[in-house]
Amino acid sequence: MSTLNQKPDVRGQTSEAGAPAGGLDRRSFLKFSTLAGGGLLLGFYAKDAFAADAAVGQPTAATMGDFAPNAFIRIAPSGAVTIIAHKPEMGQGIRTALPMIVAEELDVDWAAVTIEAGMFDTPKYGSQSAGGSTATPQNYDPMRRMGATARAMLVEAAAQTWGVPVSECTTAAGSVLHAASGRKAGYGTLVAKAATLPVPAANTLVLKDPKDFKIVGQRISGYQNADVVTGKAIFGVDQKIPGMLYAVFEKCPVFGGKVVSANLDKIKTLAGVKQAFVIDGTANLTGLMPGVAILADSTWAAFSARKQLEVKWDEGPRATDSTAAFDKRAVEIGSKMEGGTTVRTVGDTAAALAGAAKVVEAAYSYPFISHTNLEPQNTTAYVQGDRVEVWSPTQNPQAGAGLITSALGIPAANIKLHITRSGGGFGRRLSGDYMVEAAAISQKAGVPVKLTWSREDDLQHDHFRPGGHHFIKGGLDASGKLIAWAHHNVTYGTMGAGRGGGAPTLSPGSGGGLDGNQFPANAVPNFQVMQTIMECSIPMGPWRAPGNCAFAFVTQGFVDELAVAAGKDPVQFRLDLLDAYPAPAAPAAAPAAGGRGGGGGGGGFNVARARGVLQLAAEKAGWGKKFPKGQGAGIAFHFSHMGYVAYVAEVTVSRTGVLKVDRVVAAADVGRQIVNLSGADNQIEGSIIDGLGTAMYQELVLDKGRMVKGNFAEYPMIRMPQAPAKIEIHYLKSDNNPTGLGEPAIPPIAPAIGNAIFAATGKRLRAFPWSKTDLSWT
Amino acid sequence: MSQYTLNVNGQSRTVDVAPETPLLWVLRDHLDLVGTKFGCGIGMCGACTVHLNGTPARGCQTPISTVGTQRVTTIEGLSATATHPLQKAWMELDVPQCGYCQAGQIMTAAALLREKPKPTDTDIDNAMVGNLCRCATYTRIRAGIHRAAELGANGGAR
Ligand code: FES
Ligand code: FES
Repeated sequence: MSTLNQKPDVRGQTSEAGAPAGGLDRRSFLKFSTLAGGGLLLGFYAKDAFAADAAVGQPTAATMGDFAPNAFIRIAPSGAVTIIAHKPEMGQGIRTALPMIVAEELDVDWAAVTIEAGMFDTPKYGSQSAGGSTATPQNYDPMRRMGATARAMLVEAAAQTWGVPVSECTTAAGSVLHAASGRKAGYGTLVAKAATLPVPAANTLVLKDPKDFKIVGQRISGYQNADVVTGKAIFGVDQKIPGMLYAVFEKCPVFGGKVVSANLDKIKTLAGVKQAFVIDGTANLTGLMPGVAILADSTWAAFSARKQLEVKWDEGPRATDSTAAFDKRAVEIGSKMEGGTTVRTVGDTAAALAGAAKVVEAAYSYPFISHTNLEPQNTTAYVQGDRVEVWSPTQNPQAGAGLITSALGIPAANIKLHITRSGGGFGRRLSGDYMVEAAAISQKAGVPVKLTWSREDDLQHDHFRPGGHHFIKGGLDASGKLIAWAHHNVTYGTMGAGRGGGAPTLSPGSGGGLDGNQFPANAVPNFQVMQTIMECSIPMGPWRAPGNCAFAFVTQGFVDELAVAAGKDPVQFRLDLLDAYPAPAAPAAAPAAGGRGGGGGGGGFNVARARGVLQLAAEKAGWGKKFPKGQGAGIAFHFSHMGYVAYVAEVTVSRTGVLKVDRVVAAADVGRQIVNLSGADNQIEGSIIDGLGTAMYQELVLDKGRMVKGNFAEYPMIRMPQAPAKIEIHYLKSDNNPTGLGEPAIPPIAPAIGNAIFAATGKRLRAFPWSKTDLSWT
Repeated sequence: MSQYTLNVNGQSRTVDVAPETPLLWVLRDHLDLVGTKFGCGIGMCGACTVHLNGTPARGCQTPISTVGTQRVTTIEGLSATATHPLQKAWMELDVPQCGYCQAGQIMTAAALLREKPKPTDTDIDNAMVGNLCRCATYTRIRAGIHRAAELGANGGAR
């Protein structure tokens, strides 16, 4: 890993756009700035910005000089440049990356930029959800235009002031220059004039040639790093507001259970406890569930009182469910290619298998797992009448706001929501359950509250990644060509209530459903995917690249098994399959694979891009090296969320079965431009280690209807000594639009390492967590 | 409730709390030093790491009644101006992702560097094994510690 060329960001700005910081709310800021002579306040409607053919950057008369509508840029007469980051920061670096794009086209020095976090404001910013690796692809072009519009107006202002043609003016580092006359004006000196000018139409904007980029494509350190390393960065759980009480909330350990009674009288007598009451809640498994709230004068007082809480629960009909029983049933169901719903079928798979020269059969499985954000779920809320102010570490403010309206009757317009920095997202904070809980408690208590979940709450009341079982048969002809693939996916689902109380139909949990479009689907002439959903009441939600992590493990592992059975090199076997794809690669009618963007959302599986990353990873790793027994290399690639990533992993497995990942070589194609090289590398490095840790250690167990693991002692996470010794990252810059990296880098790592373990030991890992398999060899 | 006078980041601070209250919550709720984080409450994640007389300790496992006159140093007190070599290295290498674990990582690493100014990878792995990073920034933490060792050797404050 190289060091950063770029000067680290040491500004440490943490204010919020439109927030009442320093006593200035949005309106008083407007007055203030007007009185102070005005800055250049550029407003843009996000809904226009995201429409392909809209006149982007066309504020109305009302938006000029007005701070209210979508302002992403503010330039003060002093020249100070503020860029508003409207997406939630959870470690993925978006509050650095998007402002970089704006700053690039605005043509200012990065060190001169102050970044402000945007408040939740849908009319102003459009969607503020950050998930599905969509923030970069959806904002790359609009953010460029935001910067370019402001730059064009500043140039026009200078040209008019100097009486010279616009075409003779250039910009650099926050100034307009006129070379012929040697004149130069800082942006700050031009804002008064610029603010009076018409806003140029989007189609007149001249964007920079990417070869002239000075910020985009560099290594830029995260925008709040100076605050993070000094303990000043404020996360959700760090909020404190006057008069606030500290709340805990105990829910029924069996999902969907209700409170019958609780020893509230006793709880109210305990030290520091101010209030204790029951929240009736709703039937929505991912919304406001019933429970008991304890409010105290400190977090510790609330945590301590909770230890003495006794609740009689009506556990409901699910109190005998267990993962052991589900697993047993899954094996009964899945071992036959019948009884389920046919998701996709091509050719005659049964006949082709019957006539195959060789049939390979395998069962893959993985357990329920948790997101385990290191910052436990929390929210601070203050309900006053029909209004609420909320501070929350959310990656999807809309979700919490929606629940607050539906469960508590607070009108959407009366919800003021601060999107705090999040201590990890991974999809967990797309859900709004902890937000509505805090608001419900404040509503009932009549005081501001900070709700803090314990680690045990977090592990037992996550919106879990569903477990699953895959039963696959592959048929090879005499030449080793893959001619048949039969696949039964047994997954979990809930009736509508599991996902917001929708229609009463059984649907798979997020990331559970397989659509039959995963590689090598279209390379196989006889192909069948069947799915069976086991009904449960376990809340499920998207976990970083939802189903793709599991599906890549299954398909890239099984493809490896087929390559071995065919006596072919694993890279060559995959290349042959890619060559067998018909052109155009993706069938037009095929649904999206493995969740959003898995196969469809990003425009469909592109054979050339898949081949590109596969070959690049193999080449950079020196694929084909010979290893002694106990060492080996494995390869895998996957397409999801519009990105293509391949890994070669090299491992050592000791005779006693201890795994060490010596080296991982990554090849990623996320389009023609990496916005922040440091941030992109961070996402890949994190994905490699996270993917390894998940495969190796993580498993939740349901017993008597409840998740029984409570904390990191029972639910181990990967630690530094297990992290790969060496990670090398290569980007394949294809001529495609820039796309995100939060997710596509994680799915292929587990199969790459699993395939390497096979190469090293001859042991094929078909079930997570690998820690349960003895890897020793002789 | 009892009164305790603590030496925190070189300042004398008095709090009135129950004797078993963990130092973590005293720092966070009573002294508004929220840089020290809560991750598990059972000593397994290291997010709450502070120094007691210069030695790393788990804030969540340290009842306030046991602190006495020991010097408590939190991330806020590591250096006045973000100039500790680890802080500089962390910014230079862009170590944090979400950042939630990083105060604990830096406090643990600071004690390591005081013991071993030039740690090996193994020294680092051994010292840092108790600090979880959910975002999995481990490779950069390793690199950051090596970089801080370099900066420290070149005369940076420690
Ligand atoms: S909070 Fe103290 S070790 Fe996790
Ligand atoms: S940076 Fe997120 S937990 Fe370490």
